[in-house]
Amino acid sequence: MIQLAWLIPTIPLVAFVAIIFLGPRLRGNAAYVAIGAICASFLISTGVGWEWFFVRHAEGAAAFLAPWAPTGVDWIRMGFTVDSLTVMMLFVVTVVSMMVEIYSIGYMHGDERYARFFAYLSLFTAAMLSLVIANTLLLMYISWELVGLTSYLLIGFWFQKPEAMRAAKKAFLVTRVGDIGFFLGLLTLYLNTGSLELPSIFAQVGRLAQHPVSVPAVGLILSVILGIGAYGFAAAILKRVGRRPGMILAGGLSRTAGAIVAGLVVFGIAFALLGVGGVTISLAAVAALLVFWGAVGKSAQFPLHVWLPDAMEGPTPVSALIHAATMVAAGVYLVARMYPVFHADTRALTVVAGVGAFTAIFAATMGIVMNDIKRVLAYSTISQLGYMMMGLGVGGYAAGMFHLMTHACFKANLFLGSGSVVHGTGTQDIRQMGGLAKKMPYTFWTFVIATAALAGVPFTAGFFSKDEILLSAYHWSGGRIIFYAGLFGAFLTALYMTRLVVLTFLGKPRGPSVHAHESWKVMTVPLVVLAVLSILGGYVGFPGHNVFGHYVSLEAIGLEGGEHAFSMAIALAGSLAALLGIGLASLIWWKPVLRISSLAPALGWAQTLAANKYYMDDMYDIVVVRPLMVSTQAMFAFDRWVIDYLVVNGTGWITVQLSALWGLFDRYVVDGLVNLFGEGAKLGGRTLRYVQTGIVQQYALILIVCLVLIGWYFVLR
Amino acid sequence: MPPGQLPATAPVQWYLIVSAALFCIGLFGMMTRRNAIAMLMSIELMLNAANINLVAFSGYLASRTLAGQIFALFVIAIAAAEAAVGLAIVINVYRTLRHVNADEVNLMKW
Repeated sequence: MIQLAWLIPTIPLVAFVAIIFLGPRLRGNAAYVAIGAICASFLISTGVGWEWFFVRHAEGAAAFLAPWAPTGVDWIRMGFTVDSLTVMMLFVVTVVSMMVEIYSIGYMHGDERYARFFAYLSLFTAAMLSLVIANTLLLMYISWELVGLTSYLLIGFWFQKPEAMRAAKKAFLVTRVGDIGFFLGLLTLYLNTGSLELPSIFAQVGRLAQHPVSVPAVGLILSVILGIGAYGFAAAILKRVGRRPGMILAGGLSRTAGAIVAGLVVFGIAFALLGVGGVTISLAAVAALLVFWGAVGKSAQFPLHVWLPDAMEGPTPVSALIHAATMVAAGVYLVARMYPVFHADTRALTVVAGVGAFTAIFAATMGIVMNDIKRVLAYSTISQLGYMMMGLGVGGYAAGMFHLMTHACFKANLFLGSGSVVHGTGTQDIRQMGGLAKKMPYTFWTFVIATAALAGVPFTAGFFSKDEILLSAYHWSGGRIIFYAGLFGAFLTALYMTRLVVLTFLGKPRGPSVHAHESWKVMTVPLVVLAVLSILGGYVGFPGHNVFGHYVSLEAIGLEGGEHAFSMAIALAGSLAALLGIGLASLIWWKPVLRISSLAPALGWAQTLAANKYYMDDMYDIVVVRPLMVSTQAMFAFDRWVIDYLVVNGTGWITVQLSALWGLFDRYVVDGLVNLFGEGAKLGGRTLRYVQTGIVQQYALILIVCLVLIGWYFVLR
Repeated sequence: MPPGQLPATAPVQWYLIVSAALFCIGLFGMMTRRNAIAMLMSIELMLNAANINLVAFSGYLASRTLAGQIFALFVIAIAAAEAAVGLAIVINVYRTLRHVNADEVNLMKW
């Protein structure tokens, strides 16, 4: 069965092609084609997993490669691999895809391009499954790009909405920036190991770790980047804020001047601190960090997180499948798959942990102040992805992946539930909701269960996975800071999620939710399934009987690692953070005991900052998008006036003039020559005709004279 | 003495000179006479001059076939035929134009 693993991505791909071509005839049945395909993939995955766990796993990872394209020296091979990581990801992707596709039958009902939606979902599933079984960097990159493409297609599914198209473009372009890093990392590994196949690369990674690479002027480059970023921020803030009293950097300065000053100040400080010096790291770390940059883009880590909140413009099933459970997890999966490269030089892992921890907290602060139900969940996703990266970074390979698995279940549940809420109330603004608990019971309870899992309430799936991450962070060789960040993040998570639940479902109905109704069974059944998984899914990682950690472990991929013993203290700490968050949120928003309006003047700036997404979108707009647009205009003008007008039209004009010259030549020289002959003949004729006088005797005379001449000629010869 | 051969009295050149003279007179007459009949008569003269030439050679060159004289017979016959045709043309011209002045029959000029 393991040899048939290549069918797993192929069947949804066939479904995609079938639905594209037969769509108009299939109409509503397109959904069943897609669901049939994914069920087939699920069954094959089950077969593969069974064979792996019970038969083959002791032998090590299975790999199948086939020659694909010739290079000058050797053949590039494509293939797939089956190991614990693969099997785990296969289950996650197929199960969540199934639930989402079933849900979509209800959610997308009546949509004009219903069939096309399922085609795109199938394509996405095919690409994602291909990504998780890929054994070569090339196939991974191809699948990576395909996944990004389907994300664009699905975010922009309702392309008549300009916000949706803008969001789709933004998603694609921002992840593209990350993909450059992935590709450069791929190239680095290929050029230095001579192979694109993972087993071969991993075998050589030790050598790469010894290979020092000096990166000169890192300090200078970072200072310049920080300076430009500071300029962008300052300009954005000043634009948004004007000169409202109490704000930072207000008063007196004009916008641009203030921005430039801010940029220069930050640049100067950064330069002084970072120095001009270079840094020497190993080649393995360089490759790892480049690949990580790709993961930063795809998994929406800081600073490339800006596309994910906007991606919520797409249909909710899309948000659930792609932007919560699977595609964004691709970045985390990539780091896990390439773990030997990261592990070779632990400085790379430190960067991963740092970025993850920062993102976790950064996004959580924004989630607290958002008012769109999907936006809150989007920031939650970014935050949880940060958790996963954090887990991987501190050495918790199993912990990070475990959290990926549980997160997929409860986050998909939350998104599908939010879709149900939006479907039932017609609005996405939580300030317009409330009192839905009685009106939409299935949605409510599954949402609550998923929230509990996300917050890390004891005995839910999320509790076990979060605990694993905290455990790894606690035992990290680099200190306790990541651990405390994790605890703080857990607190914030519980805080914003409880706020969301309270404002959406509890209290008195405000606005349209007065007329809310529960969704159809086809939408609530997947919710229930995912909710059950959100509770039970964690027990594969129960401490002490950690089945998950036994299979998905560092030893399985040939590295040293420790399984940390369960610590009741850490579990309690995590739970306490969660309960604090829930409690605080309840006191603020449910039974308004604590009036936060009294804190408003002091903390209002924080709220504005977070609500404006820390002005990052504006900063990117000023620093990246505007210059790009200007250069676009310049290019367009160049294209229009130089290329089109000067070169193309100019060449045409010159050709026309030359043709006129040739025409003259043709008319006077060539035709003249021809006419010359004609006129010559005419002249000859006009002259010679006088010979014909009509008088016979003169003819006779000519005749005789010529005869005499000829006779003379012959005689005198 | 072979048949047809004259006793050697006058050299052959004399006959040829006579023939040439006659030919030239005929030629001159053909080219200058106005009357078409006179032109025809001149042509006859030319033909006969050629006959003299032929017969003279036939007489003075030893030949068993008498080719020259036979040729002269042919020429006489052809001269007769040609005279007939020529006269027919002249008569037609006279019927149309009421004169036979050769220098006035020049409709086929430029």
